[in-house]
Amino acid sequence: MALNRIWVYAEAADGKVAPITLEMLAKARELGGTVEAVYGDGDADAIAETLGAHGATKIYATGDLQGSTPGVPVGSALAKLIGDGDAPDLIMFGTTYEGRDVAARLSVALDRPVITNNTDIAVEGDAVVVTEPVFGGTKLVRTRFTAGAPHIALIRPKSFAAEESGGGAPEVVTIEVPDYGTAKVRNRHVEETTGPKLDEAAIVVSGGRGLGEAAKYEIIEDLAKALKGAPGASRAIVDAGWVPYSYQVGQTGKVVKPTVYIAAGISGATQHLVGMKGAKNIIAVNKDPEAPIFGVADLGIVGDVHKVLPKLLEALQAR
Amino acid sequence: MNVVVCVKQIPDPAEPGKLEADNTLDRSGKLILDESDSYGVEMALQLADAAGGGEVTLVSMTPGGETSGLRTALAMGAAKAILVSDDALSGAGALDTAKVLAAAIRRAEPDLVLAATESSDGYTGTVPEQVAALLGLSSITFAKHIEISGETVNVQRQTELGFDEVETTLPALISVTAGVVEPRYPSFKGIMAAKSKPVDQVTLSDLGIDAATVGAAGAGQETVSVDDAPAREAGEIVEDDGEGYAKIVAYLESLKVI
Ligand SMILES: Cc1cc2nc3c(=O)[nH]c(=O)nc-3n(C[C@H](O)[C@H](O)[C@H](O)COP(=O)(O)OP(=O)(O)OC[C@H]3O[C@@H](n4cnc5c(N)ncnc54)[C@H](O)[C@@H]3O)c2cc1C
Ligand SMILES: Nc1ncnc2c1ncn2[C@@H]1O[C@H](COP(=O)(O)O)[C@@H](O)[C@H]1O
Repeated sequence: MALNRIWVYAEAADGKVAPITLEMLAKARELGGTVEAVYGDGDADAIAETLGAHGATKIYATGDLQGSTPGVPVGSALAKLIGDGDAPDLIMFGTTYEGRDVAARLSVALDRPVITNNTDIAVEGDAVVVTEPVFGGTKLVRTRFTAGAPHIALIRPKSFAAEESGGGAPEVVTIEVPDYGTAKVRNRHVEETTGPKLDEAAIVVSGGRGLGEAAKYEIIEDLAKALKGAPGASRAIVDAGWVPYSYQVGQTGKVVKPTVYIAAGISGATQHLVGMKGAKNIIAVNKDPEAPIFGVADLGIVGDVHKVLPKLLEALQAR
Repeated sequence: MNVVVCVKQIPDPAEPGKLEADNTLDRSGKLILDESDSYGVEMALQLADAAGGGEVTLVSMTPGGETSGLRTALAMGAAKAILVSDDALSGAGALDTAKVLAAAIRRAEPDLVLAATESSDGYTGTVPEQVAALLGLSSITFAKHIEISGETVNVQRQTELGFDEVETTLPALISVTAGVVEPRYPSFKGIMAAKSKPVDQVTLSDLGIDAATVGAAGAGQETVSVDDAPAREAGEIVEDDGEGYAKIVAYLESLKVI
């Protein structure tokens, strides 16, 4: 069975398409068949060109969601479209806030399983097979969909490289939303950040509990700034309230794949490694020579963050 | 206000994970309360309190009939538990789990259902929203703050860029992120009291669910293989002699990023 038709759930913020969407479009084209995008909320025309340039040949769009969170409206709209006979073989979602909600609602409406956290997807013979890392990425589990199409797969960000296909802006087809649900967004709060986004930065400097106290996190931000990178964190210091959740790298946080990842005072628990092991180069500073982070580091400094980092910052700022 | 909290009992995450011969997660031995769910339990206790009373009921599913994780949550202050336990549940996928939990939750007729956004061992992050869909409930995921007044629920929902204030009405399901509240430690009195709190153990047939539709038989998915992931090669590890920072600078230079 080849895949005749694949839908990619598109996400965008401020008219900019999310990297995960472009990554999935590239993979979908490789899997074969017709690649189409589905988009809940906002102005689909504003992102049509980008989606087309990455391989989407049609966009199914719900239009404005009237302030609703996307799970119910987008899930019900896709279920209706599929129920009316317009079914793809595979629907790919990002493992994101919205992707999970929509996929979950859709899975119930269609009575089809969702397989989550995948870092690869392939067609093997008659089957669609997804790969999911478990136990902190030390093992890879491959799973085959055995229920009928459409298959629903959630993909981890940074699993594939985005690639343009050179397509033009596709047709936007407005789809019906049978149910807007009753959960409404009343207000949006955007945390002010300067510099590149954590999951897009070429350099990420992350701090962990080894920094000792919240005030010491400042040097991580200063280092990130000096390197034109983004600051990140382990879950330990997010849970402790030192930095917001949006800083968290790992299994339950962001997946990052920068050119350089610097881990300072981070032990390297499997759940942290899963979010940064894909970095091209890893530098670790930890006072414990047995810390697991050294197992993945290209350069490891066994030392005190309070001694190494200030000197490093000074040297970088002097350049 | 009656609150149901979905709590998962899991093998201790501090122990290395093991797989059974059939590639399902080895859940034999003692199971503990998933730390992710301790936040939901604490939140439920606080919300029931703030609403001037009401019962907190735990709902859990596990193949082997384990209750030690449930006892921890009962010791924190939950009133009772419904445990769905059935051999047929081994290998259940997220949707199956949701179907079973939804059927059990129906029995408790709650005003509010809480769950964690992700479990520590499965971390599919889809079960709560699937439960909501099956029960026809409104839902808000990734909650980091919940306030309830009358029938109105206000939630601060974590987003990519910050948070949204989201409003809905009861009955509803809300999934909470880690760290939202400080889970209380069970007191000695709580631990003693938990021993005699009711745990209603039910099977699939008690819930009217056909065993062939959930668990490995009905999951709609099948494990093909489990392999070791390629390991990263270890690099150069040096002791800081006061010049460790210079090593980092030199390394960054060699990568041409500075
Ligand atoms: C379901 C689940 C999901 C999780 N998801 C994530 C996730 O997404 N991301 C994540 O990061 N974690 C996650 N965790 C938590 C993870 O298991 C670890 O607890 C966490 O990563 C530890 O953070 P840490 O390395 O900062 O702290 P610790 O493990 O406490 O490590 C601190 C390190 O600092 C070193 N240190 C101390 N003082 C100094 C000093 N002066 N100089 C240099 N080094 C020093 C110590 O040697 C130690 O290695 C998850 C856990 C679970 C159960
Ligand atoms: N077997 C289970 N029993 C009780 N609650 C569960 C179970 N599986 C999942 N949940 C709930 O759903 C949340 C998310 O789980 P998951 O979708 O596996 O990441 C968990 O933290 C629990 O609150």
